[in-house]
Amino acid sequence: MPKSISWRISLILFFVLLSFFYLTPTLVTKPPSWLDGLLPKDKIHLGLDLQGGTHLVMEVDTQKAIEGTLDLIASDLEDSLNSRNIRFKQVARIGEDSVNLTFYDKESAESELQLIKQKFPEYELTPPVDEAGFVNILLRMDKKTVQDRKDKAVAQSLETIRNRIDQFGVSEPVIQREGINHIVVQLPGIKDPKRAIELIGKTARLDFRLVDENTSVPIAAPGTIPDDAEILMEKQSNSATGAVQEIPIVVKKKAIITGDLLTDAQVRIDSQFNQPYVAIDFNSTGSRLFDQVTAANVGKRFAIVLDGTVYSAPVIRERISGGSAQISGNFSEKEVADLAIVLRAGSLPAPVKIVQNVTVGPSIGQDSISKGLTAGGLGVAMVVVFMAVYYRLAGLVANFGMVLNILYLMGALAALGATLTLPGIAAIVLLIGMSVDSNVLIFERVKEEIRLGRSPRMSIDAGYDKAFLTIMDSHVTTLITAAVLFQFGTGPVKGFAVSLSLGIIINLFTSLVATRVIFDSAFRRVTVNKLSI
Amino acid sequence: MQLIGNTKIDFIGMRKITYIISSLIAIVGLIGIIQIARNDANMGIEFSGGTSVQLKFTQPFSLERVRNVLATNNLKEASLQEIKEGNKLLIKVGKTTLATGNVVDTIKEVLIKEFPENTFVAESSAEVGPSIGDKLKKDTLMAVAISMFGIIMYIAWRFDLKFGVGAIVATLHDVLAMIALFYIMDKEINLLFITAVLTIAGYSLTDTVVVFDRIRENINKNLDESMGALFNRSINEVLSRTVVTSLTTFLAAISLFLFGGEVIHDFALALVAGVVIATYSSIFIASPIVAELENRRKTVTVPQAAQLEI
Repeated sequence: MPKSISWRISLILFFVLLSFFYLTPTLVTKPPSWLDGLLPKDKIHLGLDLQGGTHLVMEVDTQKAIEGTLDLIASDLEDSLNSRNIRFKQVARIGEDSVNLTFYDKESAESELQLIKQKFPEYELTPPVDEAGFVNILLRMDKKTVQDRKDKAVAQSLETIRNRIDQFGVSEPVIQREGINHIVVQLPGIKDPKRAIELIGKTARLDFRLVDENTSVPIAAPGTIPDDAEILMEKQSNSATGAVQEIPIVVKKKAIITGDLLTDAQVRIDSQFNQPYVAIDFNSTGSRLFDQVTAANVGKRFAIVLDGTVYSAPVIRERISGGSAQISGNFSEKEVADLAIVLRAGSLPAPVKIVQNVTVGPSIGQDSISKGLTAGGLGVAMVVVFMAVYYRLAGLVANFGMVLNILYLMGALAALGATLTLPGIAAIVLLIGMSVDSNVLIFERVKEEIRLGRSPRMSIDAGYDKAFLTIMDSHVTTLITAAVLFQFGTGPVKGFAVSLSLGIIINLFTSLVATRVIFDSAFRRVTVNKLSI
Repeated sequence: MQLIGNTKIDFIGMRKITYIISSLIAIVGLIGIIQIARNDANMGIEFSGGTSVQLKFTQPFSLERVRNVLATNNLKEASLQEIKEGNKLLIKVGKTTLATGNVVDTIKEVLIKEFPENTFVAESSAEVGPSIGDKLKKDTLMAVAISMFGIIMYIAWRFDLKFGVGAIVATLHDVLAMIALFYIMDKEINLLFITAVLTIAGYSLTDTVVVFDRIRENINKNLDESMGALFNRSINEVLSRTVVTSLTTFLAAISLFLFGGEVIHDFALALVAGVVIATYSSIFIASPIVAELENRRKTVTVPQAAQLEI
């Protein structure tokens, strides 16, 4: 079938060209400019284990996000009651999903119930209950809303983290959600993983709060400070020695202005003391609030609180109406840069905890690449020599099939933009051995046919036909495990599964079609009396 | 060239001996699994949770001194492993004994103090929380179960249930044998090892399929021969290709083992051992079991029917 032979050869050549086409971005570091736009963009990426970098798994404390939302509602309700001069005992979050309002009399409770119902329609409300002389209303977030809220908290955290990483400047980071409340972050080739982890993991909740000037700290043992205030630590540095110490300071619990009212945060250098600081700009709501608060509290101090630590507590000297402020403190230049990034990118809706942190230095990766390549090269050499000695000319044909197999596999990996890990290299080396296996099955069949006295042509045909089912069976079983490994594996294991499964599928083509076409075309050109097998 | 000519080895006749050997191996493997389940084996930190850090010193160091200095700093449970080439040290800490602080940083700090003259760099480090390890264990068990089930269903569909049983037993045998090997050698049971085990499970099946294929072909052709003789003839007929296919894969795996570097050294060891075990089991375990099942059907069904009549 001459026609079919040329068709098969063209197919093989087409795949070869396609593989090289996709491999160009991987092999050529700087392609000539006239090729721009013609070449594919994807290439084979190196996994973290090969180029060094950090792999983080972070757990979002979603319960904290719920509590934060409920706290906001509680303080909102409290403000609204205060502003209308309605007498109440307490408004507070209780348990995991509720806010409790305690009134002195039934009438105000009844009238508030209607208002709350209108304001928070998606919440469950229990009617007023008399209890020991007080009347309670319970505002409760239902299960579905809780789930939605948690889900949103993870999605928001992911966005914020992506923002921070983008601004930090890492090339080709991977940021993705995994499972219910995990976020996976991969930072290839990162030089200072510790700094990056701190930057990513910081909640970055910024508050401006008034300092409680009426309570002095030394007396303020627990219980003696007012209900609406708390003790925080202020970072102060001794300008002479440079030593940092933490001094307790009593501040109001309620924030006047929060970080979500910011529009921008930039690093500036103080010309007088040559100290870096972060200049922040508020949006219109923030500017108006800041203007009102500073006007009403001239002469008092307000504390700039980031994640529960007071960075500075300057005295308000005059009304500030421009809508900008500055956060100064005892910062290094790196710290100030990172602080500006987290303020710009926004705060995380809930704290995150790092549950897995794998960091690989660049030297070990380089070592792995060179060793992997050596092992691969020697593996190829041993298999090639063995096949050539054992099966002579036919062995060379099988070797040709193996080389094609590897070329196609690399092309496919490049086309998919796959990530090559060390186990991935191992899978390729293993494939070198397995790819000639199919041809071994065929050749052993051919030998049997020859022993039965068949002609070379008939033996080859029978060998390929009879071995076909065996090869299919053996490939499918390996493919099943590769698919499962892909589904369940992470990182390096996934890389192994991708290389293995692609290699096996390609092997079906190279061993059954590509090697056979050589025999077929040989039979067409010369009369073969005896097979070299 | 012909490595193996016309052999007439009585594989089925050897089954008593191989059954005993394999049962012993399987028992060790089961003990290994029990120990793994109890977290008593040498588990990788991705399963057990904890911290590992690999340090590269500029000069040779004393393992004893490292052990002592860690012990005095609340890191008594740290396991140390020296890597021969290049003054490298792998430190693993299971569950954190430190009240607060980062384990990697603490280790680095105390070692810098102890070895001021011998500087080092942390080549790689990993910290894994316990929740991750538990999830991974569950996922891994699931992966192993699903792939085993998938393979068995496929074999049962392509051949028949008796071959399916033979394939299951042989594959389980291979998995147990690899676990036994790693357990006895006290090698780390980590994610790469599991990957190797699953790969070998798939590979073992390919070897088994090659033998089964020929047995099935001969059964269809010939009904006069006794089962034992037919199985023996089939195995002998495909012995050459079983050995050659294993040999090529073995060559590639051994190359990884010898030259692939420390990171995949154990992984490659599992592959090398697995290839050998898989070849052994497809000849000495899978086929004899199917032969026995085939025999039993022929000899047992008659007396059973007779018993029923009494």
